Amino acid sequence: MSPRRSNHDRVLVVDDDASLAEMLTIVLEGEGLTAAVCRSGDTVMSALSAFKPDVVLLDLMLPGRDGMAVCRQIRTQSAVPIIMLTAKSDTPDVVAGLEAGADDYITKPFKNSELVARIRARLRRTDALQEPLVFGDIVLDPTGHTATRAGQSLDLTPLEFDLLACLAGRPEQVFTREVLLQKVWGYHHPGDTKLVNVHMTRLRSKIEDDAENPRVIRTVRGVGYQAIAPD
Amino acid sequence: MIRVVRDVTAPVLRLWRRSVQLRVVGSTVVLSGLAIALTGWALLGDIAQGLADSRRESAVAEARAGLDRVQSQLVAGVETEPSAASQAIAQLVDSQAQRGGGPRRHELVVEGPLTTEEATVPVRSSSGVSARAVPGDLADAVRDDDGVFWRYARLPAASDGGDDPVLVVGSRLRVPSTGDLYAVYYVFSMAEQQSTLALVRNALLLAGVAMVAMLGGLALLVSRQVLGPVRLARRIAERFASGNLEQRMHVRGEDDIARLSTSFNQMAASLQTQITRLENLSRLQQRFVSDVSHELRTPLTTVTMAGAVLYDARSRFDPPTARAAELLLRELQRFEGLLSDLMDLSRFDAGAAQLETDALDLAEVARRVADDPVLTRKGLRVVVRGADRPAVVDADDRRVDRIVRNLTTNAAAYSGSAEVVVTVAQDDRCVSLSVRDHGCGLDDDQALRVFDRFWRADPARSSAGTGLGLAIAREDARLHGGTLRVGSRVGEGTDFVLTLPKPGGDARPPALEPMGGHVPVREDV
Repeated sequence: MSPRRSNHDRVLVVDDDASLAEMLTIVLEGEGLTAAVCRSGDTVMSALSAFKPDVVLLDLMLPGRDGMAVCRQIRTQSAVPIIMLTAKSDTPDVVAGLEAGADDYITKPFKNSELVARIRARLRRTDALQEPLVFGDIVLDPTGHTATRAGQSLDLTPLEFDLLACLAGRPEQVFTREVLLQKVWGYHHPGDTKLVNVHMTRLRSKIEDDAENPRVIRTVRGVGYQAIAPD
Repeated sequence: MIRVVRDVTAPVLRLWRRSVQLRVVGSTVVLSGLAIALTGWALLGDIAQGLADSRRESAVAEARAGLDRVQSQLVAGVETEPSAASQAIAQLVDSQAQRGGGPRRHELVVEGPLTTEEATVPVRSSSGVSARAVPGDLADAVRDDDGVFWRYARLPAASDGGDDPVLVVGSRLRVPSTGDLYAVYYVFSMAEQQSTLALVRNALLLAGVAMVAMLGGLALLVSRQVLGPVRLARRIAERFASGNLEQRMHVRGEDDIARLSTSFNQMAASLQTQITRLENLSRLQQRFVSDVSHELRTPLTTVTMAGAVLYDARSRFDPPTARAAELLLRELQRFEGLLSDLMDLSRFDAGAAQLETDALDLAEVARRVADDPVLTRKGLRVVVRGADRPAVVDADDRRVDRIVRNLTTNAAAYSGSAEVVVTVAQDDRCVSLSVRDHGCGLDDDQALRVFDRFWRADPARSSAGTGLGLAIAREDARLHGGTLRVGSRVGEGTDFVLTLPKPGGDARPPALEPMGGHVPVREDV
């Protein structure tokens, strides 16, 4: 998956509600994006391979298969950024969605500008990393967005890559969750720390030897996180 | 000292108040002890009286016999010398002193002749006794009159230094030849009666104590029999009250306890039915509100997006259509706000609202409000006071932010005030944050209703806000174990005080009272 910087970034809208799906298409195309609609969870995988989206907008209230399952299924094959559309702002549902592999979520109803801002934030990659970053035995390569640890490939999503690059770019500096939200998610969303928490857990499970006792990304209680170069 | 006494008595008194069993056993023991002591005391008195009476009768008879004997001896020797009379009396005493091999039944004291002119009357007495044994009033009676007189007295005991009870019987003897008078006193020991009485008393005491103990035990047994089921009922009622609605009492037999159990079980069953029904209703309602809200959200999202598209394109419409697009979007946003407020309230009502607490500095919150561009854009000046030192509580940042934002925007929208004063105050238990405007204020009736749902001070301005903001703010405060209070005066402004407890602290009383004292709103504690 290579990042496109063209004005025709492709958004796959996965939503069963015909009107909403159409409206989303209108708004997204009005913003210069290319949108395709997938009306049921069962056809997501084929749409994914046919359309090759840069971002997936996934409605969690999908019939046939619930949105979480679809989200997990996409994650088994693709690291494409996923933004959940959810009518539920209840924390447990949001956390469950994030744990299923979504990068971000937006609660219905939303403003068009907010939706577009989030999609753009997912399309716009962190430009901070210009050349490969060596962090202990972890190597982050910005050209292919690949990460390895001790030669072994780490299967990071773009968001996880950015999160790790952000922390490792300044070893031992403590980043608050708010700062991470701004730098990695690309917009200010005060107080929504569960985004950071859930993704940090997923990132750790991929790079740490023991995710229960993280040594690379440490939690600084009451403040945030810091990265310590592994030996 | 008094404190020590209180420290000791307080737990005992508490136990007394709390335990029916202790009261039953205690009063049984005390009352039966009293009754038995009274009976014993009367009985002992009777026995003592009887013993003393019989001893006195035999003693008086014996003394009379002895006196008659001496008198007849004196009459027989009527012609003898006066000296012979005193000799005869001396003999009488001596014979008494030496008589018999067994223990002497009595001692003898003789005074006389009483008619002598000498200052001291000569006295003879048998060995175990002295003239001091004779009580003064008995001596007077004997001297002045014929007849036999008696008195009880006490003698210093020979052996152990204590007193021995004695009966002294006295009479006058006349020597016929000379007319000399002699006072003769028989001193009878009552020691035997005394020891008998002691024996009886000890036996009575022992029996009394045993009886009281037995009655106490009996009361314990009976009260346990009665109270056992009551205590069981209490435990079951407690478990029932703590939410274990399946709890029932075991019904055995047909007595009062069984009837109590049956009634209890009926009550429990009816309560369980009611509670379950209400729970179901509440769950259904909560589910309904939640479903409606969810179902509304998807079309609302579509409509809002469409509205926004129209709004963005309004410059290409003719003026009425452009205005319609504006109104459409504005009201859609209000509709959204209403929906999300209703969702929040339904979560509060269902007890489903959850706190995500973290350390939160209310001074920081106050400073954040002061910098809020939404407020400054409305031309509102926010003055912050007391935010120079941290005021940290455990709170949900999002909810607290929502409360404070709601109070300040209310101040901006309704009060017609150009300035809002945000004051932070704290003590060691809680932190208060006051939002005070200098607007038109509320009268008492209005202040009372200010937290009511959909209530607005000025119905003409109903287009702004949902009318649910303060109701939600109050629920948010409560969720933290805090309070939101209002104080207001017409023409002077309104003051809302949010108080949140510090960790381990309490929000009542608040660190800051609203201006003019808080208006005790319904359900407010």
